[in-house]
Amino acid sequence: MDDLLESDWTTEEVSTGTTIIAAVFDGGVVIGSDSRVSAGQAVVNRVLNKVCRLHDKIYCSISGSAADAQAVVDIVDYQMELHGIQMGQPPLVQAAATIVKDICYKYKEELVAHLLVAGWDHKYGGQVYGTLGGMMIKQQFAVGGSGSTYIYGFADSAFKPGMTKE
Amino acid sequence: MEVCNRKMNLWANGPSPGELYSFPGSTSCVGVGPVKTTLNPMVTGTSVLGVKFNGGVMIAADMLGSYGSLARFRSISRLMKVNDCTILGASGDYADYQYLKQVIEQMVIDEELLGDGHHYSPKAMHSWLTRVMYNRRTRMNPLWNTVVLGGFYNGESFLGYVDKLGVAYESPSIATGFGAYLAQPLMREVMETKPDLSRDEARQLIERCLKVLYYRDARSYNKFEIATVTEGGVEIEGPFSSETNWDIAHMVSGFE
Repeated sequence: MDDLLESDWTTEEVSTGTTIIAAVFDGGVVIGSDSRVSAGQAVVNRVLNKVCRLHDKIYCSISGSAADAQAVVDIVDYQMELHGIQMGQPPLVQAAATIVKDICYKYKEELVAHLLVAGWDHKYGGQVYGTLGGMMIKQQFAVGGSGSTYIYGFADSAFKPGMTKE
Repeated sequence: MEVCNRKMNLWANGPSPGELYSFPGSTSCVGVGPVKTTLNPMVTGTSVLGVKFNGGVMIAADMLGSYGSLARFRSISRLMKVNDCTILGASGDYADYQYLKQVIEQMVIDEELLGDGHHYSPKAMHSWLTRVMYNRRTRMNPLWNTVVLGGFYNGESFLGYVDKLGVAYESPSIATGFGAYLAQPLMREVMETKPDLSRDEARQLIERCLKVLYYRDARSYNKFEIATVTEGGVEIEGPFSSETNWDIAHMVSGFE
């Protein structure tokens, strides 16, 4: 009996039951997320930082499988650093989003991760890109993660383009 | 469930003799080795409509990317200009469409660079796409899209269909997805009595079909684009919305 009870969470995939959100405002972008990592019903980490740096002014927020998302972030972080050095100037947010999208699309069936890429560059200012399912789509604001379903309505009604940081 | 980390011997993804073979696509099998085929479309587009008229072809699609039943992305374009004589619209997985778009755009650039004055004709594009889609399906890794290809070349209109299985055909009117059930009969009814539509008539027919689809397709959205290709080139107009009429709501009776 005890075996049955305790084996549940030990075999569950560790995932981030997450809410992540990114929005463009007048002057840049704002990214936010919660910090819970769950394996089934157990919370295995309550302080995970889900906003990860890809470059000085480009960050991404992660949802889905914690391992998958972190693996992608690691790869993109390295590639962005290389790209930035090669270009001799801060890279475009679109470049980061494209690298993320390429990885997510190529390994679409193996990965379970949704990354929201957001940042600021000198060419296009603040931008937010969603990369759900391997597509890349530029948006004014984006929400993601399993918890995002609860805030779709709120985000839709509360967002207006050209808001201030507050 | 065994964890298959060994090399597959007979053929890729095939069964090793004496072993239990689980077909790719059984989503409940965790840990039977990596699945390298597209199993489920994620963000999808619904119907695409196409109609031939006198002097060109018109294609329309709404601007919605659905995530299952969630209307996730409400401003995505599912129509693209291939070159001055060809247009393309896709339903199905949006990531696969973006990939296809990238490949086609690069092909068209490469061809321009040859500088010999030749451009891909719609028939050529259709044939190429059919081969690609069929090949992918044979490798059990389809591009999960249904594509409508329209064009005007050498004074002739072209309208073709290719889907993820590599099924391809040409027809004066085409509709994918839900449109095949709702819009195609409407389009055929008009076109069978009057095969030669004018541009305006084609536009009216398309808008009527789009309205019906918005009423009756649960995964549609009232924001669409229309692409037209004629002798003069390609025009993608949008976004538009249908005028909807909900007056019949008052006629519902029986439970109050």
